[in-house]
Amino acid sequence: MSAGAQVGIVLVSHSGPVAESVAELARGLAAGGATAPVAAAGGTRAGGLGTSSELIAKAAGEVDAGAGVAVLVDLGSAVLTVKAMLAEGDELPAGTRLVDAPFVEGAVAAVVTASAGGDLDAVEAAAAEAYDYRKA
Amino acid sequence: MLDADFFHRWMTAAAGLVDRDAGRLTELDSAIGDADHGSNLQRGFAAVSAALAKEPPQTPGAVLTLAGRQLISTVGGASGPLYGTLLRRTGKALGDAPAVSPADLARALGEGVAAVAQLGGAQAGDKTMLDALLPAVDALGTSFAAGRDAAREGAEATVPLRARKGRASYLGERSVGHQDPGATSAALLIAALADTARSAGGGA
Repeated sequence: MSAGAQVGIVLVSHSGPVAESVAELARGLAAGGATAPVAAAGGTRAGGLGTSSELIAKAAGEVDAGAGVAVLVDLGSAVLTVKAMLAEGDELPAGTRLVDAPFVEGAVAAVVTASAGGDLDAVEAAAAEAYDYRKA
Repeated sequence: MLDADFFHRWMTAAAGLVDRDAGRLTELDSAIGDADHGSNLQRGFAAVSAALAKEPPQTPGAVLTLAGRQLISTVGGASGPLYGTLLRRTGKALGDAPAVSPADLARALGEGVAAVAQLGGAQAGDKTMLDALLPAVDALGTSFAAGRDAAREGAEATVPLRARKGRASYLGERSVGHQDPGATSAALLIAALADTARSAGGGA
């Protein structure tokens, strides 16, 4: 746990409203005052279903405070676009990481952990751990 | 040898074929996908054409790298990062040589296709663009025309396959009997390459 900057969280969904709502849910459940920076990057620039590398780069830039950025994604082009951007190497802030986690549960875990001051490894581990919670 | 102008014309030809067949690509995609493949690629390649026209890059590698970047940022669907990675990685593999041989291109394209396979986690027979690209890369060692034919045959051969990647994979057995839209557009990209080589009078 570092005393300095918090890890930023970017939520990338096929749908703008899904990304925004999950961000709101995660902030709400993290509660207790100020949360780590969270930005939604859902849908295309035109507001349709899909993925926009520009919205993702913008969101990552907004939440980057120097402690790293954890990116959570939902389906298809959201996954592939972030992976392709990371392979490019210069479109996302240094210390940006794609986190393999369920989108909603992982986002809540990531925001809670980042808000508590967890570093990027801790945020990633908390988000990924959400896979272990079985519902049936 | 193939110079930057050749690669520029290849991308322009690809944009033309995507325009011509956009309706068909979207129709194929409405059978097993989300009915946007034609319009997504049309938007992407229009952006590629515009970017190349605005500031024509000076090397083959730079043409493909710029094109790939445009596709990633403008397509909006999974084909954006996939085709973007294909072109960008191929461009990087070509380095900054002012002109390359057809054999250099075939080798570089092989690297691009491998990057696509890694990005999407797909392999031959999964009913994806790889089913056109993998045989095309092999055949390009012989000639551009052989590459074009191999890509088209590979795309046609996706009809009986069951999709294992992307949205179509949710359909399971119901994806059988439809030609894969991604393999079909990949065959267009290779056809554009063969057309460009033929009108350049060499290569084919």
